[in-house]
Amino acid sequence: MSRALACAAGLGLLALVGCAQAPKPLYYWDTFPKQQYSTLLREGGSADEQIQLLEAQAENARAAHAALPPGFRAHLGMLYLGAGNPQRARELWTAEKTAFPESAAYMDRLLQRLDPPAQAGKTGSPT
Amino acid sequence: MKHFLRAATAAAALLMLGGCATPPPAYDYSAFQAARPATLLVMPPLNESPDIKATPAMWSHATLPLSEAGYYVLPVTLVNETLRQNGVDTAADAHGIALDKLRDYFGADAAVYITVKRYGTSYAVISSQTLVQAHARIVDLRTGTLLWQGIAQASSAEQQQQAQGGLVGLLVAAVVHQIIGTATDAAYNYGGIASNRLLGAPRVNGVLPGPRSPQHGKVAATP
Repeated sequence: MSRALACAAGLGLLALVGCAQAPKPLYYWDTFPKQQYSTLLREGGSADEQIQLLEAQAENARAAHAALPPGFRAHLGMLYLGAGNPQRARELWTAEKTAFPESAAYMDRLLQRLDPPAQAGKTGSPT
Repeated sequence: MKHFLRAATAAAALLMLGGCATPPPAYDYSAFQAARPATLLVMPPLNESPDIKATPAMWSHATLPLSEAGYYVLPVTLVNETLRQNGVDTAADAHGIALDKLRDYFGADAAVYITVKRYGTSYAVISSQTLVQAHARIVDLRTGTLLWQGIAQASSAEQQQQAQGGLVGLLVAAVVHQIIGTATDAAYNYGGIASNRLLGAPRVNGVLPGPRSPQHGKVAATP
């Protein structure tokens, strides 16, 4: 009987080891999914409020030595662009590319659009 | 006391068996494994529910599970802007865009097409239930091959212990700032759980772990 008990206990333990090991998250998420939701709904607070929230979150992530999720810097850059700060958008989109080289093709497209039209014309002009 | 302990361990073991040990037929991952996608483009979800918030909710919920699964997920809010600037205003239109165009513009390896089947709260006299159900397909943008598809749901009627992938749900609760309160928020929260069950990895017959995951290259074992 006690053997059966030990067996059952062992099974239970195995269950805990086998199933209950919650993996450590790769990224620091906090309010980011919710922020994306608000932006998609166009219901978020002002751009400045959203920027402050995400900058504070980035600060917390740094303090926790945790990685910012894919798209975080890109999203923040978009908010800065909306708030009339294309320079900061450029920095953040470049930072997204550095953190996640997989984003390079798309980030380059977005960065191109920040360039003044004169420069775009120059590349096309015959010399 | 001894009796109680014995009963409790036996119950725990039984629960375990019930929760984990029903083996569904194994998914054929050959196309997925051959394609080895790293960058995913999540398209705006099609919505078959009456709630128009389903599309933004499930779109915003897709990034976490797929990123934690080890993929780079293109930022959905910027993708939304790009689509709008190109005159693509509806999810249906977006789902109709040619794959080579998507690959060329966004540089993604594969696109994720989500359809929200159920999203919302049905009210009843005794109790009301919130249910979110979604289907997803991952399609290789280079070849058009279907790499994976699956369906998942989350409901307020579930018992926590019976919840398939309850741990993933707990993980979400732990890492995401939840909104609590109104009934409309309830669908958003269950949407997050459904999305994790649908797109999280490793899961039996689920999405394979991507290159940024420590589990990359492994297939969730069918017990």
